[in-house]
Amino acid sequence: MRLTTVVEIERIFRAEYGRAVAVLVRAFGDIDIAEEAVQEAFTTAVSRWPSAGLPPSPQGWIITTARNRAVDRLRREASRHDRHAQAALLQMRDEPAEEGPVPDDRLRLIFTCCHPALGLPSRVALTLRLLGGLTTVEIAHAFLVPEPTMAQRLVRAKGKIRDAKVPYRVPSEADFPARLDGVLAVVYLIFNEGHTASSGGRLVREDLSAEAIRLGRLLADLMPDEPEVLGLLALMLLVEARRETRTSSEGALVPLAEQDRGRWDRALVAEGHALVRRCLQRNQAGPYQVQAAINAVHTDAPTAAATDWLQIVQLYDHLFALAPSPVVALNRAVAVAEVDGPQPALALVEALPLQGYHPFHVTRADLLRRLGRQAEALDAYDAAISRCDNTTERAFLVRARDDLAAEPTCH
Amino acid sequence: MTQYLLSVYQPDGTPAPEALEQVSRDLETLNRDLAEAGAWVFAGGLCAPSTATVVRVRAGEVLMTDGPFAEVKEHLGGFTIIDVPDLESALGWADRLARATTLPIEVRPFQEQPES
Repeated sequence: MRLTTVVEIERIFRAEYGRAVAVLVRAFGDIDIAEEAVQEAFTTAVSRWPSAGLPPSPQGWIITTARNRAVDRLRREASRHDRHAQAALLQMRDEPAEEGPVPDDRLRLIFTCCHPALGLPSRVALTLRLLGGLTTVEIAHAFLVPEPTMAQRLVRAKGKIRDAKVPYRVPSEADFPARLDGVLAVVYLIFNEGHTASSGGRLVREDLSAEAIRLGRLLADLMPDEPEVLGLLALMLLVEARRETRTSSEGALVPLAEQDRGRWDRALVAEGHALVRRCLQRNQAGPYQVQAAINAVHTDAPTAAATDWLQIVQLYDHLFALAPSPVVALNRAVAVAEVDGPQPALALVEALPLQGYHPFHVTRADLLRRLGRQAEALDAYDAAISRCDNTTERAFLVRARDDLAAEPTCH
Repeated sequence: MTQYLLSVYQPDGTPAPEALEQVSRDLETLNRDLAEAGAWVFAGGLCAPSTATVVRVRAGEVLMTDGPFAEVKEHLGGFTIIDVPDLESALGWADRLARATTLPIEVRPFQEQPES
């Protein structure tokens, strides 16, 4: 019973922390006050619930308790002539009645955390801290940043929100599309950091991927009519579905073509495909939706050989039209190699200004190998290896190079 | 309401007079719009940094140096102070100021005034 309750509190914390903070930020106009009060409420829950049992509405209990704690604290401080506390109390009493449909407070909080006036690392840290309920230590570890650095980053960001008055509201209709793009970019960055850590030993940092998907689901709940929100969630689900098969039991990287498709997570694939279909019905394509569609084609193929590469090339054409970039062109070239062969694909690759990007050299190496140009392929592998910071992926590249070097040279 | 300082950062050197004419016209419009919106507090352009004097007090003695506080490639060319509800609104005016001056604008909130 006791253990069950502790597990249950942990679950409630993960699910409700962001909402409780969001409600209290609106009530008191201050992030620090909100965070402290919500943490105190959960501390009280941990000491009380295991013996007293869960209240009928744990979510409501947390918010009410946190609100009461904050008011108590502010009254004590306000009586000591603390102007900040007096202002927060005043704001609470004057809280105007909302007109029209009331947006979920978490939506305001997301747009505040991802405000473009804050630096990207601050946006990421704030989103994980305030909406995800991750501790500063957890965020620091996830991003391989020293704890004091991360703590300082969060303090600075919260200070700027308070002093420069970053507004706590959903952006106006005119700003909304650009600002939503900013929010999605933060979530996708968190996902990618979890999916392929940009540096360090573990290829997959599942916690961050799981957190990004949780945020993606939250966004899809809050903005069910935004196709790109659904597209991003679908994209993350379809990539996540293959997570288990991306590395072997020894921790080595397994490329898409060699993955055991029977071990892909069918539930995630089905959920991702359903979202892609919903997006198609809306017919307002965007970059995340198209990337999700590309992943849907991959996860639709029962074997690597059965992949509909022509459709993937067409989807990359569409993606390039929506969001032209050399990286998209590189990925398109990989698909072209499957449709038209390595020679035309190599011509496309060679034209790209991506010397510093290690996947460029990986793709070149693979195409040159397939064309039997062994010496050039070895050079390209070396170029890729020297630019790759991820230990797992580097090991994979070293093995690929060594395998090639061991082959008899064909002239 | 919060007051924000919008600082115009300008590269050293004298801009072309014909470019300045357009800038002055745009600034005039912007200042009028700020006043109409009730957001205008103060605005002004500064003379060249070579006209500056830095005054310091060392051990009770006044020490003056000719020239700006820091020798940098860009200097404060002028500023506008506005009074608006939040950063979103301040950034909106900064956008207009950046377009009018064709220069980067730094937006910084003032500390809250202690109530008298």
